[in-house]
Amino acid sequence: MIVAGCDVGSLTSKAVILNDRTMLSHAVTRSTFRPDDSARTVMDRALSVAGIGMDQVRCCVGTGYGREKIPFVDKVYSEIACHARGARHLMPSVHTVIDIGGQDCKAIRLDDAGAVVKFVTNDKCAAGTGRFLDVMARLLGVDLDELGKLSAQAQAPLSLASTCTVWAQAEVIHHLNENTPIADIAAAVNQAMAGRVAILARSAGLNREVCMTGGVAKNTGVLTHLEKLLDVRIRRLRIDPQIVGALGAALYAHDNKGGAPDDRSRL
Amino acid sequence: MIVAGCDVGSLSAKAVVVEDGRVVASHVIRAKPLPRDSAREVMGDLMRSAGISPDSLDYCVGTGYGRNSIEFADSVESEIACHAKGAWKIVPDARMVIDIGGQDAKAVRFDDRGDVVRYVYNDKCASGTGRFLEIMAEALDVRLEDMGAIAARAQDPVTLSNQCVVFAETEIISLINEGRDISDIISGLHTAMAHRVASLARSIELAGAVTMSGGVAKNPGMFAALQEALQVKIRPMAIDPQIVGALGAAVIAMEKAGGNGGA
Repeated sequence: MIVAGCDVGSLTSKAVILNDRTMLSHAVTRSTFRPDDSARTVMDRALSVAGIGMDQVRCCVGTGYGREKIPFVDKVYSEIACHARGARHLMPSVHTVIDIGGQDCKAIRLDDAGAVVKFVTNDKCAAGTGRFLDVMARLLGVDLDELGKLSAQAQAPLSLASTCTVWAQAEVIHHLNENTPIADIAAAVNQAMAGRVAILARSAGLNREVCMTGGVAKNTGVLTHLEKLLDVRIRRLRIDPQIVGALGAALYAHDNKGGAPDDRSRL
Repeated sequence: MIVAGCDVGSLSAKAVVVEDGRVVASHVIRAKPLPRDSAREVMGDLMRSAGISPDSLDYCVGTGYGRNSIEFADSVESEIACHAKGAWKIVPDARMVIDIGGQDAKAVRFDDRGDVVRYVYNDKCASGTGRFLEIMAEALDVRLEDMGAIAARAQDPVTLSNQCVVFAETEIISLINEGRDISDIISGLHTAMAHRVASLARSIELAGAVTMSGGVAKNPGMFAALQEALQVKIRPMAIDPQIVGALGAAVIAMEKAGGNGGA
């Protein structure tokens, strides 16, 4: 049975197509101002990679910030539920999921059965969300992907005094004017980001294993700083961490049509 | 008796000279990279324009973020103490001053002598400080000082869902794309910021008449929005609200030099 999940986020949209819980294809595209267009674009991409048409998809679940505006979904689920479901599917031992999106950050704690016990989310303040890194990468003139790697090249550790993105920006500009090496500033940015996320994660409560989802999980600088701050190893996922929410949505779509229940031994 | 107050902030420096309890001269400049230079320049300009010799000053109190770099100050006081004293001097029956600076916001409650009773301060988050309006003015391509007048034309003010400066900036860009009128957007910005500042002020409870200081108080749109958010009438200041801290420093200087600060 073919099903799909579509996660329309503030910055990127993701789609996953499953056939009996095996991934047929996935796609990630940049979101536009219109969530309905973003959803169509990313779903068309995933469908064409899989070489199928929308008529072959038995059920589609939507999630993400733009979920209410996706025209083709049968049902919508919260991002919390979808990230938890996707992460648990990929890693049955996971009990804490830290998801950092383009405009928010969530820490989700699961029980042994995979049910959400507690979650804490920040979407009020840009600090500690992907947006913080986005602003800083632009200021430093580096790619978002490069920003994470620069941490490893830092020589003289530096730290930012401000939490607020606006004030931290002024600090970074000051360091740039002082000719501080970019890698040192980048490390400070990644560390500041990790510091903010650590507070959120701790308030949700950490239970091993811990994994990270969302685009920021690809930033190795943030990841290693976060491991140090939380004193825990963060397990790497075997798929692109950005598509975990869409995967969770697709798994819910599978359930919805009475698909065979999750068989952990097959994961 | 001639005394002075000098307030060296992060964005501007202000100086006030008080003679026998009356303000005789004041001056505001943009801050220099070094607070010491800002202090020297603002006080030097003021002395020259008022025709006062620095030697004739009986006492000078420094305040503000750069207060420890003011070489000619006889002593220093916190901005909190100076804003309370300055606000009380101008609006004697007020018991709270809300000061919105370029990089901070504070609410200070004071007694019938202008001495601080309780205060609350935000310099951690740019939302609710002058920086919020500055960034929005840039995004909207209007001058900061025109925002009040533009907001006065609003017909159908927008409601912003974000408080964070970074997120609110994105939100207003999408409002522009939706074709919303700029006056409606600016009016909505004032309301959003006023709510932020009001919740700061309410955290120490309102008591007695309220007045407002700092550069943002010159924006009539913000003034009105804050009245609305607090549900109280704010007493306007009869002087440039930007020099209240420096004035308070001068009043404290008078007290220190043995004069009657309140007269």
